[in-house]
Amino acid sequence: MNFLKTIVAAGLVAASTSAFAADITGAGATFPFPIYSKWADAYKKETGNGLNYQSIGSGGGIKQIQAKTVTFGASDAPLKAEQLEKDGLVQWPMVMGAIVPVVNLEGVKPGELVFDGETLASIYLGKITKWDDAAIKKLNPNVKLPSEAITVVRRSDGSGTTFNFTNYLSKASADWKSKVGEGTAVEWPVGVGAKGNEGVSGNISQTKNSIGYVEYAYAKQNKLTYTGLVNKAGKPVQPTVEAFQAAASNADWAKAPGYYVILTDQPGDKSWPITAATFILMHKEATDKAASQEAIKFFRWAFKNGGKAAEELDYIPMPAGVVQLIEKTWAAEIKS
Amino acid sequence: MAVQSDVIDDAGPYDRAKALSAFKLGDLTFYWITRLSAISVLLILGGIIVSLIVGAFPAMKEYGLSFLWTQRWAPSADPPVLGALGPMYGTLVTSFIAMLIAIPVGLGIAIFLTELCPQWLRRPIGMAVELLAGIPSIIYGMWGFFVLGPFLANTFQPFMIKIFDGVPVLGAIFVGPPSYLSLFNAALILAIMVLPFITSISVDVFKTVPPVLKEAAYGVGCTTWEVVRSVVIPYTRVGIIGGVMLALGRALGETMAVTFIIGNSFRISSSIFAPGTTISAAIASEFAESDGLHQSGLILLGLLLFVLTFFVLAAARLMLLRLEKKAGK
Repeated sequence: MNFLKTIVAAGLVAASTSAFAADITGAGATFPFPIYSKWADAYKKETGNGLNYQSIGSGGGIKQIQAKTVTFGASDAPLKAEQLEKDGLVQWPMVMGAIVPVVNLEGVKPGELVFDGETLASIYLGKITKWDDAAIKKLNPNVKLPSEAITVVRRSDGSGTTFNFTNYLSKASADWKSKVGEGTAVEWPVGVGAKGNEGVSGNISQTKNSIGYVEYAYAKQNKLTYTGLVNKAGKPVQPTVEAFQAAASNADWAKAPGYYVILTDQPGDKSWPITAATFILMHKEATDKAASQEAIKFFRWAFKNGGKAAEELDYIPMPAGVVQLIEKTWAAEIKS
Repeated sequence: MAVQSDVIDDAGPYDRAKALSAFKLGDLTFYWITRLSAISVLLILGGIIVSLIVGAFPAMKEYGLSFLWTQRWAPSADPPVLGALGPMYGTLVTSFIAMLIAIPVGLGIAIFLTELCPQWLRRPIGMAVELLAGIPSIIYGMWGFFVLGPFLANTFQPFMIKIFDGVPVLGAIFVGPPSYLSLFNAALILAIMVLPFITSISVDVFKTVPPVLKEAAYGVGCTTWEVVRSVVIPYTRVGIIGGVMLALGRALGETMAVTFIIGNSFRISSSIFAPGTTISAAIASEFAESDGLHQSGLILLGLLLFVLTFFVLAAARLMLLRLEKKAGK
């Protein structure tokens, strides 16, 4: 099997170098696809060099870069340092997003409701089944909550969004951690599964008394009723770009080997608790060094010029300090 | 005449042999081309089975037969715990309900179209049935999601739940909070999707009933109902069952529409208004982001669907055979 992969990889690399010398190939996570393609478009206009990014899912991205069929892979779930070492890979965060709980409750406006991790976990465990449960009431003394059953909505397909959401619940609730745990697809105790962020958004906007979780961009574009969350510091926060950025800058990137930081439940008074970075994976010693250098040029350009485009699409650019760290990593680890 | 026949006789032996061998070559080529085409089906089928078995092998080794009756599906557990009971249950229940609805309705349409329908109405209804078959499955899924689901959840399900509340067995089937992503919604969409298969084939076979038979039956004073029951349906039984099997095959394997509206929950609930999942929906949802044992488990699910379909079709053949025998007596 490995032998076969090598042949395919070699063939692909050979084909890509001879035919499209300037094109960079990448594959992986679906969540950053809109911003990567927007960057690629602008980059092509400026430099004439194209980027071919296939959004096949985080798992697929990791597999493709391991098989060396692409110049870079992309994943919402970072690889652990020892795994990176084993495959000879370098990893860094490229852009960030956030996940927000959304509800459909009559008379409740965006941002009015507040949850904490424990309550959210209890709802998704099926322990809290009614909207007027004491735990929800305690967090929201001023909101009128109906005595109706909660319809729980979650993703049915494996996804980085689910990985970050369940990772947060695992950190916030010991019960969730022992019963369900984290992953791109988990054993959901309750709820209906919908496909993709758009499936969950559609479900929430149609079903009364429902709760779900989506990427912030989807909540915003579909005008869904998002909720606030109580963060690690015990402060209720609203999903805003400042709150997402606070979570990113409070994370300790410098000390994490391979930038293995999952941005959920970060410290800081203003941090939004379910913030997520999406990662790029590349080989330290690429088979095609020219393509590898070309890709680094593109990423450097994106960090420098891509911030505004990212914000327009409701992504959060990496803070300047983190970008400096990443530049150093490139210089030290990727051989040209 | 004589001269001509002499000429033919002279040239005869030589040309005849040549012509015959040319025919023979043509025949042989034709024979082998068709034979290879037929054999290719077996090869393709064999290839699919082998690749499924190879892909499913790690999961088979890990879970063994218990895969069949384990209800838990926990791909993120360490090690992953996978069981096929939930999706198998969902596949069978949705297909069963779909057939329960589609067979009588489909046959009803077919009988109306061939026996009772006024000429001018025949074409519009016939075309509508064919159009139903042509609609892509994702459109059915979207319609189920946006139109049928809300209607069922807000109107139909509360009504059924209220009626059967407290009735022993039926109470458990129609219970729980109404949800518009449910086994029942998926089954209903499936019923609509397989309707054209049953109807078109039944219409076609009903047309093969010799008019003499029907006229004779009417002649001895049979009503339309009696003609249909005792002449048309017995005469076309094999064809009808063929259509039903084709429909059942589609219902068992339908993916896109079902994934949209079934709710994708691996838990088995007594209620048909609860979310569930089917084998094909589970594979479609999780395959892209799966790896290792999880992926192997999904392939094993696929193999299971393959075997399940095989057994359903085999059972249908057996049933047909028994019916033939009974009719022969």
